[in-house]
Amino acid sequence: MPFNPHTPKDVGDMLAAIGAKTIEELFDEIPKELRIESLAGIPDALNEMQTGKLMMARAAQDGMPLNFIGAGAYEHHIPSAVWAVTTRGEFYSAYTPYQAEASQGTLQLIYEYQTMISSLTGMEVSNASLYDGGSAVAEASLMSVRAHRKSKSQRILVPTTVHPHYRKVAVATASGQGVRFEEIACPKGYLSLADLKKYEGEDITAIVIQQPNFFGALEDVDAITDWAHANGALVIGSVNPTALSILKPPGEWGTKGADIACGDCQPLGVPLSSGGPYAGFLTTKMEFVRQMPGRIVGRTVDADGHQGFALTLQAREQHIRRGKATSNICTNQGLLVTAATIYLSLLGPEGLARVANESHRRANELVAALVRVKGVKLAFERPRFHEAVLQLDRPVAPVLAELARRGIVGGFDLSTDYPELGNALLVCATETRSSEDIEKYANALTETLKAAVRAA
Amino acid sequence: MAMQKHPEKIIFEYSRPGRGAFGQWPTERDTPNEIAADIPENLRRKKPAMLPELSELEVVRHFTKLSQLNFSIDTHFYPLGSCTMKYNPKACNAFAMLPGFLNRHPLAPDSLGQGFLACMFELQEMLKEVTGMQGVALSPMAGAHGEFAGVAMIRAYHRARGDLARNEIIVPQAAHGTNPATATMCGCVVKEIPVNDEGDVDVEALKAAVGPNTAGIMLTNPSTCGVFERRIKEVAKIVHDAGGLLYYDGANLNAILGKVRPGDMGFDVIHMNLHKTFSTPHGGGGPGAGAVGVSARLLPFMPIPVVGREGDNDAPKYRWLTEKDLPQSIGRLSAFMGNAGVLLRAYIYMRMLGREGMHRVGEYATLNANYLMARLAKAGFDPAYPTRRASHEFIITAKQQKNDLGVSAMDIAKRLLDYGFHAPTTYFPLLVPECLLIEPTETESKEALDGFIDAMVAILKEAQTNADLVKSAPHTMTVRRLDDVRAARQLDLTWKPAAA
Repeated sequence: MPFNPHTPKDVGDMLAAIGAKTIEELFDEIPKELRIESLAGIPDALNEMQTGKLMMARAAQDGMPLNFIGAGAYEHHIPSAVWAVTTRGEFYSAYTPYQAEASQGTLQLIYEYQTMISSLTGMEVSNASLYDGGSAVAEASLMSVRAHRKSKSQRILVPTTVHPHYRKVAVATASGQGVRFEEIACPKGYLSLADLKKYEGEDITAIVIQQPNFFGALEDVDAITDWAHANGALVIGSVNPTALSILKPPGEWGTKGADIACGDCQPLGVPLSSGGPYAGFLTTKMEFVRQMPGRIVGRTVDADGHQGFALTLQAREQHIRRGKATSNICTNQGLLVTAATIYLSLLGPEGLARVANESHRRANELVAALVRVKGVKLAFERPRFHEAVLQLDRPVAPVLAELARRGIVGGFDLSTDYPELGNALLVCATETRSSEDIEKYANALTETLKAAVRAA
Repeated sequence: MAMQKHPEKIIFEYSRPGRGAFGQWPTERDTPNEIAADIPENLRRKKPAMLPELSELEVVRHFTKLSQLNFSIDTHFYPLGSCTMKYNPKACNAFAMLPGFLNRHPLAPDSLGQGFLACMFELQEMLKEVTGMQGVALSPMAGAHGEFAGVAMIRAYHRARGDLARNEIIVPQAAHGTNPATATMCGCVVKEIPVNDEGDVDVEALKAAVGPNTAGIMLTNPSTCGVFERRIKEVAKIVHDAGGLLYYDGANLNAILGKVRPGDMGFDVIHMNLHKTFSTPHGGGGPGAGAVGVSARLLPFMPIPVVGREGDNDAPKYRWLTEKDLPQSIGRLSAFMGNAGVLLRAYIYMRMLGREGMHRVGEYATLNANYLMARLAKAGFDPAYPTRRASHEFIITAKQQKNDLGVSAMDIAKRLLDYGFHAPTTYFPLLVPECLLIEPTETESKEALDGFIDAMVAILKEAQTNADLVKSAPHTMTVRRLDDVRAARQLDLTWKPAAA
């Protein structure tokens, strides 16, 4: 047992203080017939050196392919300082800040995070995170039902331009409480007002708008927001925080702004890491703050009148309200909030905008290079941000498999989630992709498509 | 609001226009930073976001200083009951952050993820072994998320059998608040049943509570009272006979690791807090991981994705199973694959513990808790369940101190901070008055425990001789007790620049 400090003498002294002869005796309240003698299926212990060899071999097995997938998880440069500071034991090995006086570091950091995310989204208040961008859409949907007291339908409109996984998470999370999600097909790759016409005059609780949408295309957020408000529905924006440095924030959409804005902090200094841990964010207008799920930190004063920070509005939460809480969520992705806050502080307003602009420029360069390849064309002519859908002249999966053999992760195959789009491939580039990377992909794709023709 | 005492300014107060960590920018600072022409004017941001403008050193110094205002496992004994604040081995972090793991895109083909997927598959197998369950799904991202998955599976099971009336979830009074909150989220009705004087579920009340509407019961064992539920087999029989299922809240799995398994006790579904029992960091409020384990009858309902293995043992191939493989699944609970990096840390920890190490976790956690309880009882504190063994944790009630001296559990908790110890969990479970739920974990030395006992003894003495000192604690932190009422009434949730 590598991490127990007990010497045989310690054990003897401690048992004597307890008045027991053996450690075994301490388990005498457990019915004998339930006890197990061994865990045969667990392998022998490895020391740290052996563990290191195993893990390095496993990590190396997956290689370091050149990545061109975004689809909700984006490969950005991560400053060394982000994780050097985030993994300090005082952040890494602390608990949720229930003892405020002994957790001022985490609490102040969350207050600063709330400020930054509120400003990025153009909203008034932010919570201290949710699990990820998918759970954020789910929680925002549940929140909209609580916030919109006039609407009785619990109907939420979700265009298919919202991330398909986010839509699935929302259904799995919220349908138990009777929330109904109605999908609006968007064959043109964006949500048009014409698609909404048939819902006019109906009781709709909210509509979810993703900006940029799952295809990278930009939605007409002003028009949709105004349409929703004119028809009595709340607006939930699911947004990319990097893009918000150059795109209109949800708080300014349309005449009145979105009511809830959410998304994933992953682009802000969080590594791809096979899908997590990431962190969801959720912001809203002050009038809805009591309907928010999750932790919220407030600035207050101590007994001497000095500034201090504490968890607040806890009457919404499960440890107080139990069955009547706004959500069962408690501890979630605190350490990722730490990373995102440090990232935003390092990049600043101009640095973040430069990341967004450079990512978009690289994505345009990528699209231009790939549509020059015979058999590839752009699926949608639509303003976009750092991601686009390509149409291939043949099924996507074998092409991606061949690219993978060449060490290139060529994009996300849309055929499972969007069979109506045919041989569609979602590609992305960020500031981390160089012209050489893009050329390498274009060449590999050219060769792959040519080779497939020959094979046929 | 006086500002002078708090040792670290708000980050925006350091900000200066034109400053930056320029080495982090993707383009040179003297090149233009223009939005591409293809982004329409009406969709652009007009006013920059309010983010601080600072040099890299200023950022590092600010957040390093903030970190130093925290108590943590690395710096302090942290006996927070029901939270299992054990040492988080550095190797788990170092190896989970190898570039090959960090750079892997969640939607990258399985062929470029065999190393990672092998770890996940083996983690599923090891968790099945230590819990006695038949299947494990890794995607829930916290204990409460795992609870949601578990109750959703119970509901899906009854529905699939056409048993539509079963929507009641029975929860003991002492349960974590997440249990009833989760049941509500799943569209269930919560029925609470009492706990008896010795901390066990009131079996007669349970018998009266079950019926044709019973979907299941949510139990923690050892319970939140810090004692083993001795009549668990009887409880399981009563619930099963009534047609309900048993849910195991794995918050306290550390107590029984390698000694007894939820699957053998009769539980149908469990969640495991990998950030407790398997030592992944708590991170100042996550990320956790709430993997779920199921009995055979719930296998079809597991949340996706799950890692499957194909091919023979010599050349196994791993892949994510999706709704195609598990059409009755309760669905997808995370955008991708849950907290993959946390799962890697748990995997690494389990490999370093190995078979023997697993047994010792439960043994030494229990030894430490019983030692602390015996010594504190001798020193004049009252265990809430004096006739019982402690599990990996136990409850002290400060009811006597509150009545005689006016010193509450909260006062003792705050005074402990002055002595350099993180406070135990206070006022949970709610049914024990003035309670302190104390969990030392197996990684603390006898000297650390003795230091805590000395502090508790000293505080008791202070309570008898100078109660105000305890009641006004803490005195040595950067802030004194905070005004929670003001925090909630005069909401100040974001920093705003002073009016010019």
